[in-house]
Amino acid sequence: MKSCVVTIGGEAGFGIMSAGLTIAKLAARSGYTTFNYPEYPSIIRGGYNVVQVAISAEPIRAPRQAIDYLVALNLEAIKQHKTSLKPGSAVIYDADQKVAGSLLPPHVGKIAVPLNKFAKDIGGNIIMRNSVALGALTALTGGNLSALMALIDEEFSAKKKDVAALNKKCAEAGYGYILNEYEGSVSTALKPLSRRPERLIVSGNDAVALGSIAAGMQFAAVYPMTPTSNILHVLAPHQEEFGFIYKQPEDEISAITMAIGASFAGARAMVATAGGGFCLMTEGYGLAAMTETPVVIVVGMRGGPSTGLPTWTEQGDLQFVLHASQGTFPRLVLAPGDVEEAFHLTMQAYNLAEKYQGPVIILMDKHLCESPAVAAPFSYSDYRIERGKIFDKYDEKYSRYAWSADGISPRAFPGDGNHIMANSDEHNEHGYSAEGAENRVRMMKKRLQKMATCEQKDLPTPTVYGPAEADLTIVSWGSNKGVILDALEKYTNVNFLHLTWLNPFPTEFVRTFLSQSKRVAIFECNYGGQLDQLIREKTGHDIKEKWFKYDGRPFFYEEVSAKIENLLRSKISATIVGSKYSPTV
Amino acid sequence: MIFSQAKKQSAKTPLELNSPEVCTWCPGCGDLAIWAAFKQAAVENNWNNTNTALVAGIGCHGHIVNFLKLTSFEGLHGRALPVAAGIKMANHELKVFVFTGDGDCLAEGGNHFIHAARRNQDLTVILHDNAVYSLTTGQTSPRSPKGYISKSTPQGNVEEPLHPLRLAFTAGATFLARAYAGNIPALVKLMKQAEAHRGFAVIQVLQPCVTFNHVYTHQFYQENVYELPASYDPTDKKEAWEKLDEWGLKQIPVGLIYQAVAPTYEGQLPQLAKQPLVKTAPKKQDVSSLYKFYR
Repeated sequence: MKSCVVTIGGEAGFGIMSAGLTIAKLAARSGYTTFNYPEYPSIIRGGYNVVQVAISAEPIRAPRQAIDYLVALNLEAIKQHKTSLKPGSAVIYDADQKVAGSLLPPHVGKIAVPLNKFAKDIGGNIIMRNSVALGALTALTGGNLSALMALIDEEFSAKKKDVAALNKKCAEAGYGYILNEYEGSVSTALKPLSRRPERLIVSGNDAVALGSIAAGMQFAAVYPMTPTSNILHVLAPHQEEFGFIYKQPEDEISAITMAIGASFAGARAMVATAGGGFCLMTEGYGLAAMTETPVVIVVGMRGGPSTGLPTWTEQGDLQFVLHASQGTFPRLVLAPGDVEEAFHLTMQAYNLAEKYQGPVIILMDKHLCESPAVAAPFSYSDYRIERGKIFDKYDEKYSRYAWSADGISPRAFPGDGNHIMANSDEHNEHGYSAEGAENRVRMMKKRLQKMATCEQKDLPTPTVYGPAEADLTIVSWGSNKGVILDALEKYTNVNFLHLTWLNPFPTEFVRTFLSQSKRVAIFECNYGGQLDQLIREKTGHDIKEKWFKYDGRPFFYEEVSAKIENLLRSKISATIVGSKYSPTV
Repeated sequence: MIFSQAKKQSAKTPLELNSPEVCTWCPGCGDLAIWAAFKQAAVENNWNNTNTALVAGIGCHGHIVNFLKLTSFEGLHGRALPVAAGIKMANHELKVFVFTGDGDCLAEGGNHFIHAARRNQDLTVILHDNAVYSLTTGQTSPRSPKGYISKSTPQGNVEEPLHPLRLAFTAGATFLARAYAGNIPALVKLMKQAEAHRGFAVIQVLQPCVTFNHVYTHQFYQENVYELPASYDPTDKKEAWEKLDEWGLKQIPVGLIYQAVAPTYEGQLPQLAKQPLVKTAPKKQDVSSLYKFYR
């Protein structure tokens, strides 16, 4: 796959992520697909921030290790990434930083641009050096200047007009400087393509928020926590327009219990948090199950335990959400692998929560939550809101937990006149507390029957990408989907089983598929292989080749390609655990 | 939506609100009086299943929902308030009552208590204050007096008790009352006033636990509470603060101690200006108008 990798690095608090988004949008508007991979520490100012924008005319879904263009907004950027530069790479840096050129290896293009000088002289503020650099980068890659101008206008339209005008002048200066001084270095990497379909640049968080609004969500309680805070940032400004409530609660316990209260009252409700916040939510998780109250719970995974790696990715919470909270109850867990799946599975989660009257978890890793990727505008014309069984009349004898063969009892809503009892204590069919042995068995069967019903009615067959017959089968989940699909494009003899429904689990399919596969490898971003454990538990199949990465970084394209290459070459099965991180993004 | 047949239902006597469940509180328990008072107030003000929802925490108090034929949610220990807040935000036309205990509200649920007060959420909180953990058979609670001997403090409690009304006052609650459970008519009156109040209303009900608390007995309260005089002005914030400070022998004021007018949380949400959130069933929304932020 032909690709162009742009990395922009600089001091935290100076608009690095936003510059990355501008380049991604510029590329998308010029007909390319993009994948943004941000890395940042858990601080606001003074640290080092970097964003990589991987660009290709073909679908591109994952970050790379090698860099084509480095925009070094400080010296740290050069120090961090110089080993990722290859012959033909180019580095844009501030012309005032004389030492920068000497730090760079001889085989890379050195593009010294007066970033700070233009920013100060033209814009009047050093912060506009990003715009100078974006202009320079646009020129260097043969990009469309007027598209960049439009993006700057849009970005600053909410602020003062003159700020937009000054930024545009800075970008023009950077653009012009390249054409005058470095004309020979200009490439066609971002030259507009003739086919430019409409595309969105969205992160997993954006997709969840948009999917929630689209699905008619009416109440969201989200306590801020990386990596899902952006869900609330998307929801909060649009609550009046779409008629829902976003509530910032005092803690995650309150978040989930508020959502359960709102849902009991009849609203479609959701919460979003990270693994650590979900620790606080676990009692509410069980409460939703016991009271049979629908709620969608979005859990973003970052490196744990405890505060862990707040801004880095991991897939370490799967076994946690599969077992969280005391007792046995239906735990529906869906794990999207890309923004498209995040949008559609979120929409579906609201239907499942209402149909099966309980909690449904959307489990995402930080890499999916916070990495903006290209998607076609979401199409969901076939989506129907399914509220499941609703009790639509008055009955003096209404029983909230009436026995039914599929485990699902009709819901009534407070204020409709029926006497409705929701109870966290074990209860009888009416809802009154009841501790009798026979009743207990009946109620356990009723609740768990819902899981069986869901498995029977809703569990889809997992998707296998690549050829039906393959020399190597890769099994994975979550955001690993992107990098595996990118790597798979080189091969006609490798396929990939991507699992999104983790509970209920497609046991029969996975067992049969794996037993028929020649050679199977599992890739996960966690220490001990949590999907691997789940597969072993459900199917009895022990996958021989394991690759677990737990350094807080996602899989990179090059390392996955190399791993597949090795697996195809090697005759002997060797269990490989861990990965050596090369700080190259 | 209210089903038409349901509109006709309204209890004419407190007995009609009794559920078929057998009441399990100890004879003489203050909960019995709170139950009686609530049923009386419900009959008088026609609180029924077309307009009312109850939320309870966990503790002896929480059993009340089993003994009433009124729509209720029995939640988790300490979490009655956020469940109630969720119900109220989703359907602000409902009268939402929160039954909570001193352990439930002030220990496990202390954070929710101060934040619900701060937001002035339009909830009526009936705080069953027996100053002891009873359902777990007698440990010290945040309301137990200093020196209190219990299973968890065999050498005497060294902690000072928490004052729920002062806590709620400083957090921003707008209706604060205290009642002695044994005076049912006074409690009925306060429950009706608290429900009619728009904002966060707390009634601290001094409720003897006849089994585990031998300090705060019926006799103790009968000897030591006094009704606030008619001349007392609960809207005088300074006077209210001083009155809230009173607690001692013959010096426990009961009645409406503080009331203020302030916007409620729900009243300030533009989404709720026209109608409750759940008056419209969830509907599929077209989000393409938001795509402009992502192009």
